[in-house]
Amino acid sequence: MADASGGVLAAYRALLGAQARAQTAYRTSFVIDVLGNVGSTVFDVLTVLVIFGVTRELGGFTLRETMVVVGLSTCAFAVADLLVGNIERLPRYVRTGLFDAVLVRPLGALPQLLLMDLPLRKVSRAVFGLAVLVVAVGAAGVEWTPARAVLVVLAPLAGVVFFGSVFVATATVSFWWVDSGELANSVTYGGRDFTSYPITVFEGWFRAVFAYGLGFAFVSYHPALALLGRADPLGLPAWVGWTAPGVALVAAVGAAAAWRTGVRHYRSTGS
Amino acid sequence: MSDDVIVADGLRKEFTVRVRTGRLRREKRRVTAVDGVDLRVARGEMLGYIGPNGAGKSTTLKMFTGVLTPSAGEVRVCGLRPVAQRTRLALRVGVVFGQRSQLWWDLPLGDSFALLRHVYRVPAAAHAARLRRCRGLLDLDAFLGTPVRQLSLGQRMRGELTAALLHGPEVLFLDEPTIGLDVVSKQAVRGFLGELGRAGDTTLVLTTHDLADIERLCGRLVVVDHGRVVHDGSIAALHERYGSRRLLVADLDAPLPEPPVLPGAPLHRQEADGHRLVFALESAGVAEVVAALAGLGALRDVSIVEPDVEDVVARLYRSGSGRDGDSRRDHGD
Repeated sequence: MADASGGVLAAYRALLGAQARAQTAYRTSFVIDVLGNVGSTVFDVLTVLVIFGVTRELGGFTLRETMVVVGLSTCAFAVADLLVGNIERLPRYVRTGLFDAVLVRPLGALPQLLLMDLPLRKVSRAVFGLAVLVVAVGAAGVEWTPARAVLVVLAPLAGVVFFGSVFVATATVSFWWVDSGELANSVTYGGRDFTSYPITVFEGWFRAVFAYGLGFAFVSYHPALALLGRADPLGLPAWVGWTAPGVALVAAVGAAAAWRTGVRHYRSTGS
Repeated sequence: MSDDVIVADGLRKEFTVRVRTGRLRREKRRVTAVDGVDLRVARGEMLGYIGPNGAGKSTTLKMFTGVLTPSAGEVRVCGLRPVAQRTRLALRVGVVFGQRSQLWWDLPLGDSFALLRHVYRVPAAAHAARLRRCRGLLDLDAFLGTPVRQLSLGQRMRGELTAALLHGPEVLFLDEPTIGLDVVSKQAVRGFLGELGRAGDTTLVLTTHDLADIERLCGRLVVVDHGRVVHDGSIAALHERYGSRRLLVADLDAPLPEPPVLPGAPLHRQEADGHRLVFALESAGVAEVVAALAGLGALRDVSIVEPDVEDVVARLYRSGSGRDGDSRRDHGD
């Protein structure tokens, strides 16, 4: 297969093009869809602003500091949701056997699913998330160093990879247990909400599980501390904020392994 | 190396099913869908794979195409291991699952074909030539511009067949390709597959409920039941083995005083008060029987009834499987 790699890329590009054509066939309705989709993301950010209407600090963090956490979280989640979020539909593909059709094509199963379902209307959320991050970082009075300049780019990317891995890993459960949607949602959306606040507002085992058991503290909280140059009120050393890309990589490797095992375990349906 | 495109040795697939046994208790049970299938299919062969519902036909096909991982046994298709080398194998085989579409629901049929050219990395000229051939043989032109979700089942199936062939596969797997089709579409599909088979370079493996598909198309018949191969050979061999015989029907002007005893052709039944005698042709030839009857006088008409595969297979299923046979044989999937 001499032409394999170039050919494969062209194949994925063709799938993406078809998806774009199908979704934008009705232009007005697509535009309304795009605009309407920003809604829930805006609401998440507004919630934080409303809280600061009644308090000056949240878990020991000011509004400007908290907004860096919010910006990192919103941006990472929105982009991951755009690119990978529709893997949530996997249980339906498994249940209806449509996954069979994906497996008999000469392309990777995961990229195919993602491209065939790419929800372009969610592009508005990603743009909004990025805007929140840019404004928040700009307003936070960060003392820029070359390392922080790198981190401000790497951290949201690592967050995208991390959330993407969570989406894939939780969806993979449906290969064993078809009705796993609620469990998957509680981890992904629970994780998103968790990363929208400084983790100091949470307590006890809940914080321990989400922050370090599942790793959500590395999406926004620790990178925000590193950008702001703040010591961790919970006592972890300053360098922890720089480990976000490493944590994301570990998550991605874990998700890939889970996916591979899941596909091998796929049982298809009756006929 | 032999020229076998498909080689399976002791192929098995087990599923774990959780069965509710009490209010909260659930018990795990192992269900064996495919139970040690050995199969060799030569290049260019046309193989019919039949069996009652739940016999393991689809499961076997899915192991051949890399969709399902076998629990045990060896399988090679085009010399590749289907699961480990899934994407490489996909370039060399075509698959039509009657109840799953390979087409893009919201796009015109023609756009799906164009997309598949990229998906399978087919050179434009080869793609165009194959598409032209399918358009002619399957009459696609009238609905190439119609979105797939608006196609009738027959039109869609013709589209699926085309989609599975555009990359020039060495093996074409068809799972129930004629299920639910009207008579005209069935004939179109069969005619097309027959044409493909006669061309000789595509190996065809087809599962079906419709034995007419097999009688028209397949030189070789594999019957599976409860995950095992119970017959593998030609249709003639099936008749021979399960004692299905051609019947000779003799109409007489008047009943004979007593039923004749003919060597090699026992009397099968009498109808119309002895005006019609039906003999089973075992070792005797038609000419002998006719001559013998003519000697007895009053022979008006003779006809030969070919054995019915459906009949044989039904008998085969019954003999092979007393247990829960009926629930497996009903329609649907």
